[in-house]
Amino acid sequence: MSKGIYVVVEQRSGKVQNVGLELIGEATRLKEDLGDDVVAVLLGSEIEDQVERLYHYGADKVVLIDNPLLKEYATEPYTKALAAVVKEYDPEIMLFGASSIGRDVAPRLASRVRTGLVADCTGLRMAKTEEEIAKEEAMGCADGTRALLMTRPAFGGNIMATLMCPRTKPQMATVRPGVMKRIAKDTTRTGELIRFDAGLTDADMNIEILEVVKATKKAVDLTEAKLIVSGGRGIGGPEGFDMLRDLADVLGAEVGSSRACVDAGWIEKERQVGQTGKTVRPELYVACGISGAIQHVAGMEGSEFIVAINKNDTAAIFQVADLGIVGDVKVIVPKLADALRKYKEEKANQ
Amino acid sequence: MKIVVCIKQVPDTVEVKIDPKTGTLIRDGVPSIINHDDKTGIEAALRIKEQTGATVTVVSMGPPQADVALREALAMGCDEAYLVSGREFGGSDTYATSGILAAALKKIGYDLIITGRQAIDGDTAQVGPQIGEKLGLPQVSYVEEIQEVAEDHLIVKRQFEDGYHIIKIKTPCLLTAIAELATPRYMSVRGIVEAYEKEIKIIGFEDLKDDLELDMIGLKGSPTNVYKSFTKEVKGAGTILKDVSAEQAVAAIIEKLDAKHII
Repeated sequence: MSKGIYVVVEQRSGKVQNVGLELIGEATRLKEDLGDDVVAVLLGSEIEDQVERLYHYGADKVVLIDNPLLKEYATEPYTKALAAVVKEYDPEIMLFGASSIGRDVAPRLASRVRTGLVADCTGLRMAKTEEEIAKEEAMGCADGTRALLMTRPAFGGNIMATLMCPRTKPQMATVRPGVMKRIAKDTTRTGELIRFDAGLTDADMNIEILEVVKATKKAVDLTEAKLIVSGGRGIGGPEGFDMLRDLADVLGAEVGSSRACVDAGWIEKERQVGQTGKTVRPELYVACGISGAIQHVAGMEGSEFIVAINKNDTAAIFQVADLGIVGDVKVIVPKLADALRKYKEEKANQ
Repeated sequence: MKIVVCIKQVPDTVEVKIDPKTGTLIRDGVPSIINHDDKTGIEAALRIKEQTGATVTVVSMGPPQADVALREALAMGCDEAYLVSGREFGGSDTYATSGILAAALKKIGYDLIITGRQAIDGDTAQVGPQIGEKLGLPQVSYVEEIQEVAEDHLIVKRQFEDGYHIIKIKTPCLLTAIAELATPRYMSVRGIVEAYEKEIKIIGFEDLKDDLELDMIGLKGSPTNVYKSFTKEVKGAGTILKDVSAEQAVAAIIEKLDAKHII
């Protein structure tokens, strides 16, 4: 019988990525209903020093595949190693980060082990109600109480679809970085380490990596930002971002963007928030001159507090805003930056 | 070299509006377009054609109306077009879809397959890699540059969130294209005229019977099924301030941020 909630933990340059810890956190929540162990699968080369962290964030076991062939990501060695894990342990559930690595290896693996995969899930839970269990079983699931319901946005995010994978195992899903929450770190937690030999050979490396270049500048990681000041077409042009950067500086925020500005070349792609950009859930999201297309809203509506400034009072962004200001961003944003500067000074002097 | 580009016809989601009463999408009158990443794939293939004399074949799975997308691809300069279409294919998830496309590609023949990374309607990014798997091909996804095209290999730049790899990959192989790879050209007038003289070949289930069984496609052949779909709950409306001065607006924002302990 299939068993275990497996999380494929991504590492880059030997460092476990946050999305892996977030997925372990989510797996611990699924465990409350399913009862199965949370197993982290860690692939790479000379990465054993990362194992402890996985226990601290909730893993009961770690399957470690440490092999020089896994030093840099390549599709075939990673797929083959994970297929060997599936064959050996027969997982009930397998979760991946929806990164440029997870979105390459997960579909390939699902196809190889002949199971379904649901991309970019925003909600995962076990079937619980009689209706859910009955429907899973009617679709061919052997034990509906062990069925995973996977919810994802479809069609730009306005419609949500809940999917199931009733007849094949593992039930596989990818989740974007920043969507799930990790659990509090507990350094007293420990677990069981399983060193796994996936039987990789040099022949599995069916591409040749000629050059590995890591971005030298510190990559902007909007998904980690606590505060985001974001601009849309309404800021008028690339110089509109200077004004937003100033506001972001005062707040200690990162600058984000709608797709329109990225397409227009006003700002770099890595700052794009939305369906085809990043999914963010900061404490504060200030949407400046953003109309609020559903693709954009899909990427930021999880924010805790949303301020929208737009001169068009019918802009869709006001439907998700906690505080909406109908007015000219070019006037309000600089004044807001000044007022915040003054506010901070006063507070510091108190 | 025979290059085959897989394309999908998608609704132009930029144009999609929500019905404020029902909360559902208004699809009427929404134009259909070639999915962006796929169009980038067409452009990349056409550039290889211009450099090396390769041929470019374009394939789409979809309803008969998808021939519009294929005609557009022909008008951009592709040499031939196939529409993979049939009642039996309806309801396929990515797993079943990639099986159908893989069977069609086997029939058509290829040295290099290019797909877009993902389609804007489903956003799964799964069909490309799953075609690669089903055909047993090496793949590189997230390709942002094709640096070298040789008789038996390609050198490509593969994007990651934190950098890139330069990769040598032997043909036959599969690549998935991202927007950075190329800016698609427009159709030429001559291309449009020629496109309507060319035949779009139809591939149906009967043509793929050697590789496909009915239980491998459609709803039955799809490991994932939709349990239900629903409209997202709209968050309760917040406070909207209209007809206030910039100073009042700024004060209101600061008051809220202070109350929420954000500042």
